[in-house]
Amino acid sequence: MKYIDEYRDGALARRVAAAIAAEVEPRRDYRLMEFCGGHTHAISRYGLLDLLPPNIRMIHGPGCPVCVLPIGRVDSAIELAREQGVILCTYADTLRVPASDGLSLIKAKAQGADVRMVYSADDALRIAQDNPGCEVVFFAIGFETTTPMTAAIIKQAAALDLPNFSVFCNHVLTPAAMVHIMESEGDPDAVALDGFVGPAHVSTVIGYGPYEGFAVHYRKPVVISGFEPLDVMQSVLMLVRQINAGRAVVENQFTRAVTREGNRRAQFMVAEVFELRAAFDWRGLGEVPQSALQIKPEFATFDAEKRYGIAYRQVPDPKACECAAILRGHKHPADCKVFGTVCTPDHPIGACMVSSEGACAAHYTYGRFKVLPATEDAGVKA
Amino acid sequence: MTSYSRPIDFKHGQVDLTHGSGGRAMAQLIHELFVRHFDNDYLRTQNDGACFPLPAGAGRMVMATDSHVVSPLFFPGGDIGCLSVHGTVNDVAMAGGKPLYLAASFILEEGFPLADLKRIVISMAAAAKEAGVPIVTGDTKVVERGKGDGVFITTTGVGIVPPGIELGPDRIRPGDVILVSGTLGDHGVAIMSQRENLSFETVIESDTAALHTLTAAMLDAVPTIRTLRDPTRGGLAAVLNEFASASGCGMLVHEKTIPIRPGVTAACELLGLDPLYVANEGKLVAICPAEDAERLLAAMRAHPHGANAAIIGAAIEDANGFVQMETVFGGRRMVDWLTGEQLPRIC
Amino acid sequence: MCLAIPARVTELLGADRARIELSGVQKEISIALVDDVAVGDYVIVHVGYAIGKLDPEEAAQTLAIFAAIAASPGGLTGAE
Repeated sequence: MKYIDEYRDGALARRVAAAIAAEVEPRRDYRLMEFCGGHTHAISRYGLLDLLPPNIRMIHGPGCPVCVLPIGRVDSAIELAREQGVILCTYADTLRVPASDGLSLIKAKAQGADVRMVYSADDALRIAQDNPGCEVVFFAIGFETTTPMTAAIIKQAAALDLPNFSVFCNHVLTPAAMVHIMESEGDPDAVALDGFVGPAHVSTVIGYGPYEGFAVHYRKPVVISGFEPLDVMQSVLMLVRQINAGRAVVENQFTRAVTREGNRRAQFMVAEVFELRAAFDWRGLGEVPQSALQIKPEFATFDAEKRYGIAYRQVPDPKACECAAILRGHKHPADCKVFGTVCTPDHPIGACMVSSEGACAAHYTYGRFKVLPATEDAGVKA
Repeated sequence: MTSYSRPIDFKHGQVDLTHGSGGRAMAQLIHELFVRHFDNDYLRTQNDGACFPLPAGAGRMVMATDSHVVSPLFFPGGDIGCLSVHGTVNDVAMAGGKPLYLAASFILEEGFPLADLKRIVISMAAAAKEAGVPIVTGDTKVVERGKGDGVFITTTGVGIVPPGIELGPDRIRPGDVILVSGTLGDHGVAIMSQRENLSFETVIESDTAALHTLTAAMLDAVPTIRTLRDPTRGGLAAVLNEFASASGCGMLVHEKTIPIRPGVTAACELLGLDPLYVANEGKLVAICPAEDAERLLAAMRAHPHGANAAIIGAAIEDANGFVQMETVFGGRRMVDWLTGEQLPRIC
Repeated sequence: MCLAIPARVTELLGADRARIELSGVQKEISIALVDDVAVGDYVIVHVGYAIGKLDPEEAAQTLAIFAAIAASPGGLTGAE
C-alpha cells in the first residue's frame, strides 16, 4: 500500500532506533506523552517499545474519545434507545462501553433496543431517510478529526429539512485536554512530562498552529507525528533532540498530511454548526473548561439534547477503576489492581479497557506478556 | 388415471409451513429438490437414516458437526450451501480422517424464496460431488416468518481415521514448527464486502474449499504431524491460542511470513480490523516437528489448496502459554484471544 | 484516535463523492470536507470521508529524512 508500507520498514526502523539510542543522554529519563490513542495503539501493535532505549518512557494520554466519554453520557444514549424508542446510530467503538446498571449499548441492543452500528456519519442520515416513521439519533463522539463529518450531516439534514433526525453531540477538543494535563502537573501523583507526541489526524484538520501557544506557555516540545511506526520513531528522535537542546517548540513530522493552517474548509464547517461548551465532564479528567462542543441554536432541531431534554447525571467511576489516573498518565495499566483480573477486554470495568486504543486494552491485548518474568525465549524483554 | 401433482414452482414459489409439516408438500420438496440434486442411492431408498458397512481395518471413526448461519447467504466465491459442505468435511479432515458421508438438516423460514433454496442445494450438491462425499440423509423443518434468517443449515459428517494417526494439540512440543496452507482473511473480507453498511467492491473471494485431499497428502508425506486445525471464526489467532492453551506451550509467529493478500490487508486497514482474527474457510494450520517442516511445506505446496503455504513460526517454551508475534517492524506483540466480536472502529 | 488511511482517488462522482482505491479495494467516500480533489490525488480517509490531501513531495522528503537518519553514524550502528 503506497504511502503506508514505506513507513513500516523494519530495517529502517532498526537504524532509526540505533540513532535514537546514540542520541539519548544515558543518565537522563525522557518522559514522553503520546496524546493520541491511535499512537498508543500503533506503539503496542508494532511492539515499538522493544526498539526504544529503556530510558525513554512512553506515557499514554487521554486522546481516546471512547475512554474519556463519561458514564453518564453513555447512560443517556442507552436511555434514548430504550425509553425514547429511537433508532440509535453509533460508531462500533462505543458499543461495549460499560455504563450504569451493568448496561452497555450492545446489551441494550440484546434486550431489544434499536441500536445500530454505522461505519460513517452519513449512514445515520440514510437510516433517517429510510425510516421516516422513526426518530433517529446519531451518537456523535470523537476529537477534531471526526467532528467535521458530524457538521456535514447536520448541514445536510437541515438542507433536506429532515424531521426525524438529531445528533447527540459528544465531540471534544485536543488542545484543551493537553492544557488540562499540564495544569494537573501540580498533582502529587503526576508524572512530570518532558514532551508530547502530537496527534496525527486531528492535526490534519486543525493544523499545528493551535499547539504553538501551548509549547511556549508550558515550555514543552510538541512533535506532530504521523501514525505509522517509522513516523513515531522519527518523532521520538525529534523530541529527544529538542529536550537535549533545551528547546520547546512545535515541530511537524507529519508534513505529508499536516500544515500549519490545517483544513480550513472542514474548520469552517465545524464553526458553522458547533459552538464551545463552557465546560464538559471528561471521564478521568473531571470537568475541563472549554473542551467540548455543542450544537448551535440555529440547528437546535437537530440537537438531541434539546429535543429529548437529556439531563446529564455525573456517575463516578467504579471504585477499583484507575482509568482516571491512567488517562492522565499518572499510572500505568499494570498499576491498576483490577487490570487483567476482574477487568479484561471481555468484561471491562472501565473505558480504558473497552476501546482497542485505550491504554489498558492496548497493553492487555498486545503487551501484557512483558510485565511477567522473562520467558526462556531470550528475545522477550521483561 | 395416474395422479397428477403440480411441480414445485422453483422460480417464484416460497417456502411455506406445509413444507415442514410431514405431509405431501414436504415429501414433494424433498423428492424434487434434495433427492434429485444430492442424487445418491441412500436418499433414493427414502429411509429416515442411511446404513452403511464399516470399512475393514478401519482404525477409528470420526464424527463432526457444524451449523451454518452465515449472512449474507450468497457471497463472492461461495454461498451457505457449499460452505456447509466444506466446513464439516474439513472438521473431519482436521482430525486426520477421510470423510465418508454427510447429513444435512435445514431449518427454513416461511417465505424464503424457493429459487434461492434451489440455488443453495445445487451448490451443496456440486460441493459434495467434487469432494466425493455424498449427503446421505437429512431433515427439513420450517419455522414461521420472522423466526429464522432465511435458512440455517447444519451438516454432520462421519469419516475414518487410519490406524496410527492421532492428532491433537496436546502433542505439540516446544520447537515444533507452525505452517499455514495459504493466504489468510479472504473469507471474512469477502463476507464483509457484501454487508450493507460496509460497501466496498473488492476482488477478494471467499476461499471456501474442501481440504481433505490436502490433509491426506500431508499426512502421507509427514505422518509425524502433531495437529491440524482450520482457522474459521476468530481466525489464526483463535487457533494459536487454542493450541497454546491445550499444549502448555507458547507460540511465536513472524508477521512478515504470514501470507495475506494485499486486498485483504487494505480492507482491514480501511475498517480497523486485524487480519489475524478474520475467518477463513479453505485454509488450515499445521504443527509438525522441526525436522519435518520443509518436507511438509513441499507436500502442501504441491497441492492446489496449499499453493501459498508458508512456515510462519514455532511453538516455544512459555509457562504462560502466550501467543506472540514478531511484527514487521521488529518489535513484539501479543496475539490474544479475540474479545467479543471484531467490529470496525473509528479510533 | 483516528483511524485514517491514505488512498488514491480513481474517480470523481457527483455530489461531493469520489471513488478511492487501496490495493485493489475500492470504496465510495465523501469529499465534502476537502477542496480541489482531482483523480490521481491521494487523500486521507477517515470514517468514509476525506479529511485532507497527502502531499507527495513532503512524503518523499519524509522518506529521505528516514534514510538520512539511517545513514547517520548513530543509525549505522543499527545496520544488520
